[in-house]
Amino acid sequence: MATAIAKLPEHQAAQLAAAYDKAVSARRMKGLIVAGIVLLLIAISAQLAHVRPLTLFANLGNFGSFIGKTVPVLTLGNFPADMREWYWNFPKWLGLLGQTILIAYLGTFMGAIVAFCLCFFASANLARSRWTRIVARRFLEFCRTVPDIVFALIFVIAFGLGPMAGVFALAIHTTGALGKLFAEVVENIDMKPVEGLSAAGASWIQTVRYAVLPQVLPGFASYSLLRFEINVRGAGVMGFVGAGGIGQEFLVAIRNFYYSDVSAILLMIIATVILIDIGTEQLRHRLIGMEGGK
Amino acid sequence: MSLGAVPSAGRGLREAALADIAGLKTRHGAYFRVSTKSRLMAIGIPLALIALAFLSMVVLGFSLTRILNGLHRLGQFAVLMVPPEPQGRFVAFSIALGETLGIAFLGTLTAAVLAFPVAFLAAKNVIPNPFVHFAARRSFDVIRSVDTLIWALMWINVVGLGPFAGVLAIACSDFGSFGKLFSEAIEATDGKASEGITASGGNRLHQVRFGLIPGVLPVIASQVLYYFESNTRSATIIGIVGAGGVGAYLTELIRVLELKQVAFLILMILVTVAVIDFISTRLRMAIIGKAKIV
Repeated sequence: MATAIAKLPEHQAAQLAAAYDKAVSARRMKGLIVAGIVLLLIAISAQLAHVRPLTLFANLGNFGSFIGKTVPVLTLGNFPADMREWYWNFPKWLGLLGQTILIAYLGTFMGAIVAFCLCFFASANLARSRWTRIVARRFLEFCRTVPDIVFALIFVIAFGLGPMAGVFALAIHTTGALGKLFAEVVENIDMKPVEGLSAAGASWIQTVRYAVLPQVLPGFASYSLLRFEINVRGAGVMGFVGAGGIGQEFLVAIRNFYYSDVSAILLMIIATVILIDIGTEQLRHRLIGMEGGK
Repeated sequence: MSLGAVPSAGRGLREAALADIAGLKTRHGAYFRVSTKSRLMAIGIPLALIALAFLSMVVLGFSLTRILNGLHRLGQFAVLMVPPEPQGRFVAFSIALGETLGIAFLGTLTAAVLAFPVAFLAAKNVIPNPFVHFAARRSFDVIRSVDTLIWALMWINVVGLGPFAGVLAIACSDFGSFGKLFSEAIEATDGKASEGITASGGNRLHQVRFGLIPGVLPVIASQVLYYFESNTRSATIIGIVGAGGVGAYLTELIRVLELKQVAFLILMILVTVAVIDFISTRLRMAIIGKAKIV
């Protein structure tokens, strides 16, 4: 049996409809204003950034042909030889990729150590005075706000060309980024063990060692791995300013139009980054699992 | 056990606790024993990490003399940097910073607009076909693993030197990140709204339009703002390879050691980034509904 829905009296329905219309038009108005602002910003930015859509459309073919030119000649009949020709400089590139990963590793390692030392001073619950906390925080902020490649530019002049400049640049940036995250991890710990230890007369260092570290280590390790992943990408472009790694080789290839080299190196970079992503993700999942198990 | 262990007057709590340590060890052995495996891990992992770090230093050609020389030169640079002053190029720097902001804004917006429809393809709850969303996801991963600077180099080959290449580079690299983030946001939405729409006779398109989009839009807007913030940083360095913005000045000034201007420019960048940070944090909070804008 279908039940009829009672119809509202005319004047009541009209009232509700009017209220609905009003609400909708208010929303529309708000949406229009936001859209207007965004459009205005787009116009200003387009002016500032010299956007030329026509050039883009005219040259979009260039992008296609650029990609097309980088595709190597690979024939089924002569596959091994073609591959050998495409990756003619494979041992050198592999070495440079290895160097890139080592730069990322060392940068992360050094940065993580400094961040580890600083995070206890920067966290609200463990810092012993307000001033150490403010100084530590500002320092970390400075380290992560200046882009790593700017540090690399300066360090290349100071330390000379080569991976050392890249490592130090990444290390400084990592200190800033990890220091902040580490401090947040420390701020989120359960304070009961800390109180218990200080009640039993433990020194500050003993408190950190026995009450804080066991709680924060999995978090620290997980963030460091994440940073390593990011730093591999960063180390890949350090070579653009002469700070070591594969970037230099890529820059040379793309500036001199060595088309097949571009695709060969780019593929190697992509493969490395993806492999490291997958590897660190696995490790992080295990770490998080350990944290949950305890 | 025995009441004799209770501290008598004048004896410290610590001595009292330690007095019966042998007894405690025999009675509660499990708490004192550390398994060989965890002990090995606690010693082995840090040792391996440190060994790898030393190995990397050797491979990357670290030398103490170079480090000391470099530090000496950095000290000289620091002296040359004060006081930071524009030396008559304030207007030029401001225009370049404006260009940088334009690049970041347009790049982020383009990436968001392009990634929005594609992200639905990568979401499991919209496209149940595993091949489609697997393919979409992997292509996002590939695009993401190429650094912005590399994208910039490639676009320079297509549209020439200048900020437009920077816009396209940021649009490309963010497309990958947004695709991943948006599709995750779409998958995390509450399915009940969509179910309700199916129940009242809506088709698949209706489900997406009225069930999914209103739910994900605030999340997406806040992510876009967050990326705009981080892209202002990337856009400051994109000029290093010639893709417009303030980076070109930065490279040039560092190369010719005009360090007072470098310091001033870096300060300008820091202030700009801080302002953008502040505004976008406010906007994000307003969008998620945590606070009012003013």
